[in-house]
Order: sequence, then C-alpha cells, then structure tokens
Amino acid sequence: MHIPDGYLSPQTYGPLFGVSFVFWSVALKKIKKDLSVKQIPYLAMAAVFSFLIMMFNIPIPGGTTGHAVGGGMIAILLGPWTAVVAVSVVLIIQALVFGDGGITALGANCFNIAVAGPFVSYWVFRAVKGKSSKPSRLSTAAFLSGYIGLTVSALLVALQLGIQPLIAHGPDGQPLYAPYPLSVALPVVALEHLLLFSVVEGVVTLLLLKYFLKHEPDLIYSLEAQRTRT
Amino acid sequence: MTKTQKKLWAGLLVMALLSPLGIILPAMFNAGDAWGEWGSETLKKLVGFLPEGMKKYADLWTAPVADYSFGGHDGSMTAQVVFYIVSGIIGILLVVLAIYIISRMVIKNEE
Repeated sequence: MHIPDGYLSPQTYGPLFGVSFVFWSVALKKIKKDLSVKQIPYLAMAAVFSFLIMMFNIPIPGGTTGHAVGGGMIAILLGPWTAVVAVSVVLIIQALVFGDGGITALGANCFNIAVAGPFVSYWVFRAVKGKSSKPSRLSTAAFLSGYIGLTVSALLVALQLGIQPLIAHGPDGQPLYAPYPLSVALPVVALEHLLLFSVVEGVVTLLLLKYFLKHEPDLIYSLEAQRTRT
Repeated sequence: MTKTQKKLWAGLLVMALLSPLGIILPAMFNAGDAWGEWGSETLKKLVGFLPEGMKKYADLWTAPVADYSFGGHDGSMTAQVVFYIVSGIIGILLVVLAIYIISRMVIKNEE
C-alpha cells in the first residue's frame, strides 16, 4: 500500500503532492482550533499505534502481504483531520527513515492512506451509526468503517498504479513506471483487501472502539456531537 | 498520565515486541512483498524488464534503516527479529518526537 519511488510518473505524483499539501495545511489549522491539550497524548499514541500496526504484515499464503493502518480508528476517536496529521507523520517517517514508501510518492501515499482512508472511514461510521447508540449498531459501524476505509485506500493505490502504463510508456509501448494495467491492478488489490486485509482493519477498529467506549467514552470525537446535543 | 493512558502505552510496547510476527508469519507462509511494492530485482523477475522510470528513481533516497532492518535481509531470522523490534522502538520515539514538535508549534492557545 506504500507506493515506492519509480512506480508513479511525475504527472501522477506531482498533483497528488498538491492535494496532500492542501489537506495538510487545513488539518494543521483544524487541530490548532479543535485539538485540546488533553488529546495530545492520544494523538501521539494514535500515531504510534498506526506505525506499529503497519509492521504486522499479514501473509496471503504463497502470495503477497498486506497490513492494517488504524486510520479509521483514529478518525472515529480523534476526528478525521487529526487522523490526517497522525497517519501523515507516520508515513513521512516510514519513507524517510525506513524506506517504506517512496519520497516522490509521499503525496500520493499520504492522500491514499492518511486522507482518503480516514475520511471515508469517518463518513461510514457516522452514516451507519445514524442516531443510534446501541452497542450492536456501534460495532457494525466501527467494523464497516475500517473495512471500507482501508479498501478505498487500496483501490486508490491500485488506480494510481494501474493507470501508469496508459499515461507513461516508451516509444515501443514499454511502461516507464508501474508496469501492470488497471485490469490486473484493480482486481488483485481489491480482492486481497476485501477478503483479508480490510477484514483485519475492520476487526481492529471494532475492538478498539469497544475498548474506548468502556474506558474513555468521553474522548470519542465521533460521538461528541450527539452527546452535546442530548 | 492517566491509568488508561499507562495501559495503552503498555499495550503499544507489547505490540512493538510482537511486531516480528509481521516478518515471521509471511516467511512461514511463503508470502512475498505487498502487491506493487516490489524491489527492482523482484520486479525484473516478474515482468522481465525494469521500467526506465524505476531505474531513474532507484537511487533517489537511501533510507538509514531500510526495510526495518540494519543488515539487509541476508541475516538469520533471529537477527531480523531483533532489528525489527529495534526499528519499532526507533519508530515509536520518532513518531512521538514529531507529534510533540507539531503540537508545540500548532497548539499554543492553551498554554
């Protein structure tokens, strides 16, 4: 899910840097306005959690590996804009220090994993939860939030990789960057996530929401609006 | 630090210690790189050539702790497990430092 250097053409990674810059600057303004000092330790822990969960590579026997991100959980717990900051910090450190994800692809990776994923997760959670506060409804919302959020991140990765042969090839038609077309990239990445990696993300989101509901219910950002209303 | 926060940090530390499962299990089940994250050698084997762009970007950046390891992937599994845990700890410290710096820079209004 972390696109390395050399897989994306400049006409792909350039604009995505621009998009991520916009989200980063808005996110920093938002946390300046909304994040309380009390939440900072949780922001740090959330980012650490995301860093660590990405180290747990899950194998598809004889095939590829993948991992959860925890972005949906962070969006539910601290809000989608805070998740943008937390996961972007992780992705930048992973690229610079651990060579996980490319430098040129940082804008793309941050957009896919730190922006799109958490926002989709947050919207799914709010939509599924609705006005209900029944535990079963919250659990369903949390699972789907992680499941769909990570899948959307993965599909964006597949899309960006899959269009490379179309937009950048040599005179002989040989791809200059990621070589597999959309017809390969999309189904492979979609399936491995729908069947395994996103399920793990959903379960992680569900378990952590249950934990925070029990121990720190006041902290949960996505339940806040409802609480102040009642 | 509240009791819950202490428990959560303990949980994160346990995660760091268990993180080598993320390299042991793939090795056990003979699973390779994530799709679309192959190194040059692997990609060459997969498609028969190395795309021009990839050659161009190959040496753009040399990460100090590439692949969460210090000795490449030639060492024994035990060495890799140790490197992986150390990488996890380094990652925790860097992430906390970065979040602390950002918080100091951004959140001034309540001090």
